[in-house]
Amino acid sequence: MSVLIYTESEEGKFKKAAFEVASYAREVANQLGTNVTALSVNVDDASELGKYGVDKVLNVKNDKLNKFNAEAFANVLKQAAQKEESKVIVLSQTANDKYLAPLLAVELEAGYASNVTALPESTEPFIVKRSAFTNKAFNFTQLNSEVKIVGLAKNAYGLKENQAEASVEEFSPELSEDNFNITVESVDKVSDKVTIADAETIVSGGRGLKGPENWGMIEEMAEILGAATACSKPVSDMGWRPHSEHVGQTGKPVASNLYIAIGISGAIQHLAGVNAAKTKVVINNDPEAPFFKAADYGVVGDAFEVVPKLNEKLKEFKAKNA
Amino acid sequence: MKILVCISHVPDTTSKINFTDGDSKFDTNGVQFVINPNDEFGLTRAMWFKEKQGANVDVVNVGSSETEPTLRKALAIGADSAIRVDATPTDGFFVAKQLAKVAKEGGYDLIIAGRESIDYNGGMVPGMLAKLLNANFINNCISLEIEGDTAKAVREIDGGKESLSTKLPLVIGGQKGLVEEKDLKIPNMRGIMQARKKPMNKVEADETSPISEAVKFEKPAPKGEVKLVDADNLDELIDLLHNEAKVI
Repeated sequence: MSVLIYTESEEGKFKKAAFEVASYAREVANQLGTNVTALSVNVDDASELGKYGVDKVLNVKNDKLNKFNAEAFANVLKQAAQKEESKVIVLSQTANDKYLAPLLAVELEAGYASNVTALPESTEPFIVKRSAFTNKAFNFTQLNSEVKIVGLAKNAYGLKENQAEASVEEFSPELSEDNFNITVESVDKVSDKVTIADAETIVSGGRGLKGPENWGMIEEMAEILGAATACSKPVSDMGWRPHSEHVGQTGKPVASNLYIAIGISGAIQHLAGVNAAKTKVVINNDPEAPFFKAADYGVVGDAFEVVPKLNEKLKEFKAKNA
Repeated sequence: MKILVCISHVPDTTSKINFTDGDSKFDTNGVQFVINPNDEFGLTRAMWFKEKQGANVDVVNVGSSETEPTLRKALAIGADSAIRVDATPTDGFFVAKQLAKVAKEGGYDLIIAGRESIDYNGGMVPGMLAKLLNANFINNCISLEIEGDTAKAVREIDGGKESLSTKLPLVIGGQKGLVEEKDLKIPNMRGIMQARKKPMNKVEADETSPISEAVKFEKPAPKGEVKLVDADNLDELIDLLHNEAKVI
């Protein structure tokens, strides 16, 4: 009956999303009066999850699962859920988790609520709050199925330590050939840069920067802050920056702690995509720019003067607070 | 090759989002509805397969008669025929079940859906549909080539991309990248005229009960006023970010 979580890892190490899911599931398990079981795949030290309140880890060691495969991972999770007789399963909302969740839902005839932003409002009936209309509203969803799958939105709950003794068990689920009908030919991952999905801070530039040649100061700020770089839709449409940097309604969603928008006016589609960022700073020379209504802090000024000055000051600050 | 493109009928991206009936229903008053942007990228890619590889393209929506103008627009863009499952789309599982029935009957090789609709952002219909059909599934698809019964696709992952290969039948959750924004097709007069004569088939819904329900809605709490910092006093900004917001 334990709450089951999938704890995503990369090269044998847990991702931050895994700890957030564990923190959340611990509290859900408390509400239900049960334990937390985590499923991990090819992780070196799975007992690390105990710090976030996990009681038991089913660790799968299988070289066939070195590369993510949604069908195979959904099958593994299904078998873990059946073994644990889990009625509540918590996943994160990384690209991989969003990929496998609907497959798992059909396998288990489970209701699935994605983008969940808070602890269940009630467990009987099971009602969760989720973001909808691209962060322009919340929607309370009631899951009526016996098994329920919760997709916890990134950075919505945060990390909460809750020491438990996590016992680690080896788990060897059965996999079939059919689970590997999709072949991963190659993976192209930027390894020396912080990604938008993982970043605590994002520095984003818009049309106000006038051209791709002016991105040096954006990249500099990102480097000082250990941030990812992003851009608005027109900037990616004009080819100034790659599509992978486009954040907003049709681009990547943002849920960082800090989002700094430079030369971005704040079209409704852009704001929708970045609404989930906790603190928003806008730097724009137009005091009427709509972004000022959505931001927490603002500087009215020419980006070409403000940003280099701010970079210097941030460098000094970082040097002092290192 | 037979392609089915799933079309979600959603409020235009600039719509004001409001609710009625004690915050239990989306207020459609004054809202302009469009083809879900993620579906539109897929539809345009389907048009490419039609033009270059002679594919036949059908579009489908699960909805009331109010969604017909949206399907008609897809026909004007170039789809061959439209299917409307006459039902109120209650939850993702219900919609996936209806689509699965249409897909089975039509014997499609490739089914293109958007990674998520921009209204409920559920992100579950494409995967559920694939599972119900026992078809292969690629989510967050940003590039797709088909040759014979083999598909080569690129999937966006956190921090990069992944090149994949698989066999048809295939369901994808598509998004921007399948085609570029500038290549999105806008219906021309000829397309609009032709669309009037193309088939719009209404089919009855399969009996399936939804397993989840939206019980109420809420708007985000109104935001406080922005704190403006003088451009000549950036130390104050750093102080606020460090001591007040605690984000640096």
